[in-house]
Amino acid sequence: METRVGLPAEDPAASRLDAEIPPGPIERKWERHRFDMKLVSPANRRRYTILVVGSGLAGAAAAASLGEMGYNVKCFSYHDSARRAHSIAAQGGINAAKNYRNDGDSVFRLFYDTVKGGDFRSREGNVYRLAELSLNIIDQCVAQGVPFAREYGGLLDNRSFGGAQVSRTFYARGQTGQQLLLGAYQALQRQVGLGSVTLFIRTEMLDLVVIDGRARGIVTRNLATGAIESHVGDAVVLATGGYSNVFYLSTNAKASNATAIWRAHKRGAFFANPCFTQIHPTCIPVSGEYQSKLTLMSESLRNDGRVWVPKKIGDGRPPDQIPESERDYYLERKYPSYGNLAPRDIASHAAKDVCDEKRGVGPGGRGVYLDFADAIRRLGESVIREKYGNLFDMYERITGENAYRVPMRIYPAPHYTMGGLWVDYNLMATIPGLFVAGEANFSDHGANRLGASALMQGLADGYFILPATVGDYLARTPPGGVDTGHPAVEAAEAEVATRVAQLLGIRGMRTVDSFHRELGQIMWDHCGMARNEGGLRYALGKIPELRQEFRENVRVLERNEELNQSLEKAGRVVDFLELAELMCIDALHRAESCGGHFREEHQTPDGEALRDDERFAYVSAWEYTGTLARPTLHKEPLAFEYVHLAQRSYR
Amino acid sequence: MNLTLRVWRQKNAHARGRFVTYEARNVSPDMSFLEMLDVVNEELIGREQEPIAFEHDCREGICGACGFMINGIAHGPKRGTTVCQLHLRTFRDGDHLTLEPWRAKAFPVIKDLVVDRGAFDRIIQAGGFISAPAGAAPDANAILVPKEDVELAFDAAACIGCGACVAACPNASAMLFTAAKVSHLGLLPQGQPERNDRVRNMVAAMDREMFGGCTNMGECQAVCPKEITIAFIARLNHDLLAASFKGRKPPRTAASP
Ligand SMILES: Cc1cc2nc3c(=O)[nH]c(=O)nc-3n(C[C@H](O)[C@H](O)[C@H](O)COP(=O)(O)OP(=O)(O)OC[C@H]3O[C@@H](n4cnc5c(N)ncnc54)[C@H](O)[C@@H]3O)c2cc1C
Ligand code: FES
Repeated sequence: METRVGLPAEDPAASRLDAEIPPGPIERKWERHRFDMKLVSPANRRRYTILVVGSGLAGAAAAASLGEMGYNVKCFSYHDSARRAHSIAAQGGINAAKNYRNDGDSVFRLFYDTVKGGDFRSREGNVYRLAELSLNIIDQCVAQGVPFAREYGGLLDNRSFGGAQVSRTFYARGQTGQQLLLGAYQALQRQVGLGSVTLFIRTEMLDLVVIDGRARGIVTRNLATGAIESHVGDAVVLATGGYSNVFYLSTNAKASNATAIWRAHKRGAFFANPCFTQIHPTCIPVSGEYQSKLTLMSESLRNDGRVWVPKKIGDGRPPDQIPESERDYYLERKYPSYGNLAPRDIASHAAKDVCDEKRGVGPGGRGVYLDFADAIRRLGESVIREKYGNLFDMYERITGENAYRVPMRIYPAPHYTMGGLWVDYNLMATIPGLFVAGEANFSDHGANRLGASALMQGLADGYFILPATVGDYLARTPPGGVDTGHPAVEAAEAEVATRVAQLLGIRGMRTVDSFHRELGQIMWDHCGMARNEGGLRYALGKIPELRQEFRENVRVLERNEELNQSLEKAGRVVDFLELAELMCIDALHRAESCGGHFREEHQTPDGEALRDDERFAYVSAWEYTGTLARPTLHKEPLAFEYVHLAQRSYR
Repeated sequence: MNLTLRVWRQKNAHARGRFVTYEARNVSPDMSFLEMLDVVNEELIGREQEPIAFEHDCREGICGACGFMINGIAHGPKRGTTVCQLHLRTFRDGDHLTLEPWRAKAFPVIKDLVVDRGAFDRIIQAGGFISAPAGAAPDANAILVPKEDVELAFDAAACIGCGACVAACPNASAMLFTAAKVSHLGLLPQGQPERNDRVRNMVAAMDREMFGGCTNMGECQAVCPKEITIAFIARLNHDLLAASFKGRKPPRTAASP
C-alpha cells in the first residue's frame, strides 16, 4: 500500500504555468484575440472531426455551434437523451450585464463582482470575457425561443442573486436550466437532422487517447450493450460537468461524475484547484440514512425569504411560537449591506456556525429557517406563488410541509466544483487539442462561484469561445492521419476492457454504494465546509485504505454485455476514490482560507476567510506522476490589475 | 412500513420478461419511491441477485429520466409528480404495487423498467427547434413578447420528455409531447417563420416512429407530471390544418401583403 504525506505549501520544484492571456487593455483582449486567431475556411471544415463529450449546456452549445459552422462533430453522452444532462436541473437563473434595469450594471461591474465573489482566485482576463459574452448569450437564447420571464410590457424581467447589488439575473420561472438546455438541445438536434453532428447516447467515455502529445481520440463503452469502442478526431472537447458527487450526497444528479476529466488527468492534463468546491447554503436537510441525494432550493428564494434561527441555544419551540425578539436573522445582522443575499460561501459558513452553536432547527439540529412570512404579508401569497411556486411544490413533495404556512428548513450541501481541468485562455488543457468547457474546467469562478454564473459560463464556452478557439487550433493542424487501428488507440481500448473485467472479477462483499457513501462521509467531514490540517491528514490516510478495500471487496454482479448499472457506478466510484485524494492534497497545501476553501487555522478574528495573497495568489495545477500521493504542483500566478486585491467585505 | 412489489424483470431487449415479487420491509414513509428501490436493490445485491434496473438521474422531477407504471398508472398515483418525487407517505403500510415499464411499440424495453425513448429525440430533429445559429441574434429586448404568450409558451415548454403521456395513452400516441413543442415555439414571435414546416414535419416524424393516433382520450394529461393539458393538442391540430392550406414555404414577393 502507498503511504502519503501532504505536500509542503511551498514546493521549490513547482514550475510556472502561462495561461497565454492576450496583451492589451482588458476590454480589448478578446476582440483583439479574435482577430489574431487563425480561421479554417468553410470548405475545409468538413475535413476536421471534433469529438465533444457531454451534451449539457456547454457540450450541446459547442457541438451545435461547431456543427453549424461545418465541422464534422461527434457528440457523446451517457444519458439516454441529450436533454437529460444535469444542466436541466438549474433553477434560479443566468446573469447578464444588460443593465435593462438601469440600476448601474455594466460589463465591468459583472466582471468586478465575479472576481471579488471568487475571492480573488480567478483570472481577470477570462472573467472579463465572460462578462462581455453574457450580453450575447441572452440574445442568443431569446432567439432560440427560451421563454424567459417577462413584464407586462413585454420586456424581459430580472431578479437578484447573491453577491450582487444589481438585478441582472434572467430567469424562466424556477426552471431556467431546463429552458436553456432545451434551447441548446434543440439546436443540437437540428444539426443531427442536418447530418453535421452524430450523437452517441448511452455512451460513456472511459479514456482519452493521446498520440504524439495531442488529444486524438476517446474510448467509450456503450451502456446498453457493453461494447467498448474508440473514436478518433482532430480535437477533443470535454464538457462533462462537475464532481460534487465525490461527497456522495450533493445537489447534483445521481450519475454526475468525474471519470472523463480524471481519465484525461491521468493522461497528462493538469487538474486545477481541485479543493475549490461550493457548498450551497439553501438545500433541504438530510432526513435519513437512506438519503440518496440532496435537493437544492434555489438561491433566488433569498430575494424574499429571510434566514433565521432562534437566539436561544436548544430552543425546541415551533417557529410560529418564537417571537420576533427571540429570533436571530444572522445574515442581516452580520452583513447588513447584502443581508440575505450574501454570497454562498459566506451564507453556508454562517449556517454551519449557528448550528455548531446548537441553535440549528429541525431533526438533528442541522437546519436553519428560510422564512417567507414577511414577503407573503407584503406582496401576497399569489405573488410568491407565481415567482417560486414550483420550488414550494417541490419542497412540499419532499418534506410534506407547506412553506406558505411554516418556514422552510434548509442546510448547506455540496453543489458545484470550481476546480476542474486546467485550461488556458483558449480553454485548452495542458494536452494540445484537448479543450475543456463548462463546469468541467476550472476557469472563471476562482474559489467561490456567484449564483447564476455557471449557466452563463457554460454557454459562453459553448456558443462563443470554443467555436473560435478550436478553429484556431485546427487551422494550425493538418486534418486526419490517425485511425482506430493506431497502436495507442488499441492499447487504450485494451486497458479499458481490462479495467471493466477487473471490476466484474472482484465479487466481494460490499456494494458500490456503500463505498461511495463512506467516501462521501470522509470528504464531508474533513474536506467539506471547513477543513483543517489534522482532518485532512486523517482523510489522506483513510482514502487509500478505502480504495484498497474497494479493490478487494466490491461486489459488482452480472456481466459487461448488457445494461449493468452497478458496473457503471463502480467505474465512477473508482475515479472518485482517486480524485478525493488529490482534493485533500490540494486543500492541505493551500494554507489559507479563500472562498469555499475554509481552513480553520486561517480566519479573521470575526471568523471570516483569511487569504494569504503573498503566498497563494496562484492557481494550483497538479500533474499526475504515476503515484497518486505525489502529484507535481505547478503554479499559475494571478495578477490583479483592474480589481484591487482586498479582503472581501459584504458587511 | 412494508410494501410488496411485483416487478417486471427482463434481462435485455430480446429476452422474455416476467413478474417477480419482492418485499420492501421497514421502509420509511419519508423515503422517495426510488430510494425505496435503492434499498431493495442493496438487499438484492447482498443476496447475489441482480438489482432492478430503472432509469433516473436528477431525482428532482426535471430531467425526465425516471418513469414506470405503478399499478397501471404512469409515475404512480400522485398527480403532477414524477416517480422520483413520489414519497412513500402516499402509500399505506402493506400495499401491493405492480411496477412495469412504459409499454409502447415506439419505446422498446432495454431491461427491466428501462425503455428506449430515442423516438422523442427524432421527433425534435424533424422540426422541434428555431433555426438561430450562434452569433446572429438581435438584442434580446428588440422584440416584445406579451407576458400571457410567454407564460402559455412556458406551460408547454415545461415538458420533460419522460414518455408518461405515451405510456398512458391506449393508442400509445405521442401527441401531447409533440403538441407541447409545437405550441411552445409557435406561441413566440421567434417561432413564426418555421411554424408551418415545423408542425408538418414533426407530425410526419411521429407517424414514422410508430406512435398511435390521437383519439382525444385525455389519459395523457391526467398523468403528465408537468400537468400539460390537451388544449395544446387542439393548438397543434389547428396549426396543422392552417399549414395544410398554406403549402410549403410560400415565396414572398414585394406585392404580397
Ligand atoms: C440543482 C442545481 C441548480 C443549479 N442552478 C443554477 C442556476 O440557477 N444558475 C447557474 O448559473 N447555475 C446553476 N447550477 C449549476 C449549473 O447547472 C451547472 O454548473 C451547469 O449546468 C453545468 O453544465 P455543464 O454543461 O458543464 O455540465 P452538465 O450539464 O453536467 O453536462 C454534463 C454532460 O456530460 C456528459 N458526460 C459526463 N461524463 C461523461 C462521460 N464520461 N462520457 C460521456 N458523457 C459524459 C453527461 O451525459 C452530460 O451530457 C445549478 C446546479 C445544480 C446542481
Ligand atoms: S429522475 Fe429526473 S425526473 Fe425523475
